[in-house]
Amino acid sequence: MERIPILQMEDVLLVTIQVDMHDKLALTLQDELTAYIVTARARGVLIDISALEIVDSFIGRVLSNIAAMARVLDAETVVVGMQPAVAITLVELGLSLTGVRTALNVEKGLAFLRAAPAQGGRHDDRPQV
Amino acid sequence: MMTVLKSETAPLQTEADLVRVRQTVRQWAIHQGFSLIDQTKVVTATSELARNTIVHGGGGTVELEALSTGSRRGLRLIFVDHGPGIPDLAQAMTDGYTTGEGLGLGLGGTKRLVTEFEITSQPGEGTRVCITKWK
Repeated sequence: MERIPILQMEDVLLVTIQVDMHDKLALTLQDELTAYIVTARARGVLIDISALEIVDSFIGRVLSNIAAMARVLDAETVVVGMQPAVAITLVELGLSLTGVRTALNVEKGLAFLRAAPAQGGRHDDRPQV
Repeated sequence: MMTVLKSETAPLQTEADLVRVRQTVRQWAIHQGFSLIDQTKVVTATSELARNTIVHGGGGTVELEALSTGSRRGLRLIFVDHGPGIPDLAQAMTDGYTTGEGLGLGLGGTKRLVTEFEITSQPGEGTRVCITKWK
C-alpha cells in the first residue's frame, strides 16, 4: 500500500506530502501520525505541504484533525510551505484550518516548535523533587 | 459566439477517478492558458464537486468542455449523478451546512471559486452541477 513516510528528528515528527493524495491515504496518514506521536513521545509535528497543488475541504479537515489529535497527545502541529495559490483558494473556499498553526517553511516551523513546547509541559519533564 | 474546442466525459466512481479527474482538469486549465491561481481554483472546485458526486451521489460522471468565445477561453465542468438528490438546495448552498463527512462548505465555497455555478437536483433522481471558469 502507498504510504506517506514519517521521519523523526529528535522529538519532532516530519511529514512531507509529495503526492496527489487519495482520500484514504490522507486518513491513513492521520491514523499513523497519531500512533507515532505516542510511540516516539513527540512534542511537535511538522507537515510540509509545499508540494501540494491543492488543499480542498477534505484535506483541510484531515490537517485540522491531525492538529487536534496531536494537541490532545501534548504535541504541537505546524503546517509549512503552503503555496500562495493554495492559500488564496483556501480563503475563498472559506476553509479556516481551525487549530492549525502555519509557518512559511520547514526552518521557521522547526524554530517555532523548538521555542514553544506544548502548553504545560509533560509530567516527566518536571524537575524531580 | 461560443465554441466547444474539446469535450470528454470521465467516470466518477472511485477515489482513483477523483485523483485522475483533478489531474485532467489541471492539464486542460493549463492548456486553456489559465493563471496558476485560476488553475488552483478550478481544480479545487473539481475536487469538491467530484467528491460530492462519488460520496453523496453514489457515483456518476463529469463532462469536461474546453470553451472559446474568440477572445475568451474557459472550462466548463458538468457533474451528474443519479443519487438521492438534495431536498433543500438553498440550505445546501449555505456555508457550514453538512450532511456527512465534509466540512459543509462544499457547495457555497465552491461557487466562489468559479465564474458561473448552476445546480439542479430532484429528490430521488439525482443532482447536476454545472460550473464554468473563464480565464
